[in-house]
Amino acid sequence: MNNLPVSPNLIVVGGIAGLAAVAAVGVVLFNNAIRSAMCLVLNFVLLAVLYFSLNAEMLGITQIAVYTGAIMVLFLFVIMLLNLGAPQLLVEKKDPKRFAAIGFGVVLFGLVGSQLLPAFNGVSTPQALDDFGGPHAIGRTLFSAYAYPFEAVSILLLVGLVGSILLAKRRI
Amino acid sequence: MGDWLINHPFWHALLRVVLLVLPVLLFVVPIIWFERRLLGWFQDRLGPNRTGNIQFSRTSRFVPFFLKGKKFHLQGLAQPMADGIKLFLKEDITPSAVDRAIYFIAPAIALFPPFALGATIPWGPFPLITPVADVNIGVLYILAISSLGVYGIVLAGYAGNNKFSLLGGLRSSAQLISYELAMGVSLGCIVMATGSLKPSDMLAYQGGAFWGFKESAIGDILANWNILTPFGAVAALIFFICMIAETNRAPFDLPEAENELVAGYHTEYSSMKFAVFFMGEYASMFVYSAILVTVFFGGWHLLPFRFDYLAAHYPAAGDIWHVLDMLNGNSFLAPIWFILKCAMVITGYIWIRATLPRLRYDQLMSLGWKSLLPLAVSNLIVIAFWIFATDTFGPLVGWATSFLAVLILIGLYRSLNKNAESTQLASRTIELVDPSPRRTVELVEPAQVPSA
Repeated sequence: MNNLPVSPNLIVVGGIAGLAAVAAVGVVLFNNAIRSAMCLVLNFVLLAVLYFSLNAEMLGITQIAVYTGAIMVLFLFVIMLLNLGAPQLLVEKKDPKRFAAIGFGVVLFGLVGSQLLPAFNGVSTPQALDDFGGPHAIGRTLFSAYAYPFEAVSILLLVGLVGSILLAKRRI
Repeated sequence: MGDWLINHPFWHALLRVVLLVLPVLLFVVPIIWFERRLLGWFQDRLGPNRTGNIQFSRTSRFVPFFLKGKKFHLQGLAQPMADGIKLFLKEDITPSAVDRAIYFIAPAIALFPPFALGATIPWGPFPLITPVADVNIGVLYILAISSLGVYGIVLAGYAGNNKFSLLGGLRSSAQLISYELAMGVSLGCIVMATGSLKPSDMLAYQGGAFWGFKESAIGDILANWNILTPFGAVAALIFFICMIAETNRAPFDLPEAENELVAGYHTEYSSMKFAVFFMGEYASMFVYSAILVTVFFGGWHLLPFRFDYLAAHYPAAGDIWHVLDMLNGNSFLAPIWFILKCAMVITGYIWIRATLPRLRYDQLMSLGWKSLLPLAVSNLIVIAFWIFATDTFGPLVGWATSFLAVLILIGLYRSLNKNAESTQLASRTIELVDPSPRRTVELVEPAQVPSA
């Protein structure tokens, strides 16, 4: 960490990362469900920008297409249909469980951080190799080495689709 | 310290971004004028043709001599500017019950996708200044950013705190999600044919030999634009329909269906905020036509001829081919041809708007899911057959195989649909609720007033 020179690029990346962290905090702190969801969208987009800046374009664009473009739209859909916008419904009373939650959160952060952070120590070029994780490489790996898991996952998705249709429609 | 200030790639990137965003911003005004004039023509009326006619005074001292008494007819070109000024100066009403933060953010979010969408589209043979980023994931980027377009509309519909807006927002999200699928698959067809996700590689592929017939007269002269290949034409048709749906234009403008939802998602917006939605719609029209032109119509080239190939391989008349190549777009003329082609696509938009009535909601969904998506997927299968056969046996066998695949698919479709009885919509009749005589209005003769 210490041998990383402070360059404008690093400042930009740091700024984006900081904004993403602020957006993540906003997801938890907003009472209004729509605003929380929008903070999550902002967080996803900023994460994708971070990936772009680290030369991992494929990962970033997947992040935007899948999470921001599809999943969060469905979330917004549900929030609107259930009309969860009224903030007064979501204000909780003071609750001792809150402190327990904070404690558990800190412990979880310590656990994950103790495993993840040492790996970043001494990294001086925060950039993937050229075409690392590009569409060609991913496609080739997915359809050769991981062809069987890929097909298994696609069957799983198909089963999920059929199941949801069966549950939603009584008579087909 | 001073070195990176000047030579930093940031400045190059900024130049590229400005050269992308400024035209998109500037072309909104002429597109609006173009649409209104064309609509007027289609509907057998004049359209706005007065605004902007200037007549200088004959006698005033303030008019220079060469302008005295001169008339200028702008054919109504100033009408969009007058509209813009009107929208700027109108009272900006914010309803009291809106969700303020989201109400203000929504127009800005609606404006983001049209301006970000074109970042991977090259508009000329100038690799230094276009596209903004020639990344490996160009087409995926287009799909991802276009999927963000739903946010502006959904949030505007929600923030308005209005039933009609909310319905418009919900309709729009369903519509955009449905048509994104077919759009993605139709682009995927071209990705498979090209073997790359880069729009610049797609352009290079479209400069190749016609239908893959290398070393033959037709392959040397004609370029292989995707619109000229059968599956490319099908994919282009699907993409065109889907992009009309993605930009919420007629006949897919259900989010703002005026006769059902007042004005849809922007019912509660007035003044500049409405203008921002309006601008975003026209900007996205322009950008989507640019994508269609790049992916299917050979980008900035004027005609599908391979003058560059001829110049390299037939040096006897090399100079003529070279000049023709320059005229065909391999020079500063490229942006002009590109914009003219976009104008053709926008004309298609307007023509369809003037011709077709708005779809019903169930028609919209069944068109997207039952017609376009199966068509796009079967197109993908045909292309896969074509690629395989061409790579192994050459172009002639390739085309024969894909023709056979089309026949098999049509046969499969027919045999699958043979048993399904043809359902016809029940014709609607109007029944009076209560045609009893007491509901009829009785005419009461006014009492005779004796004339004075």
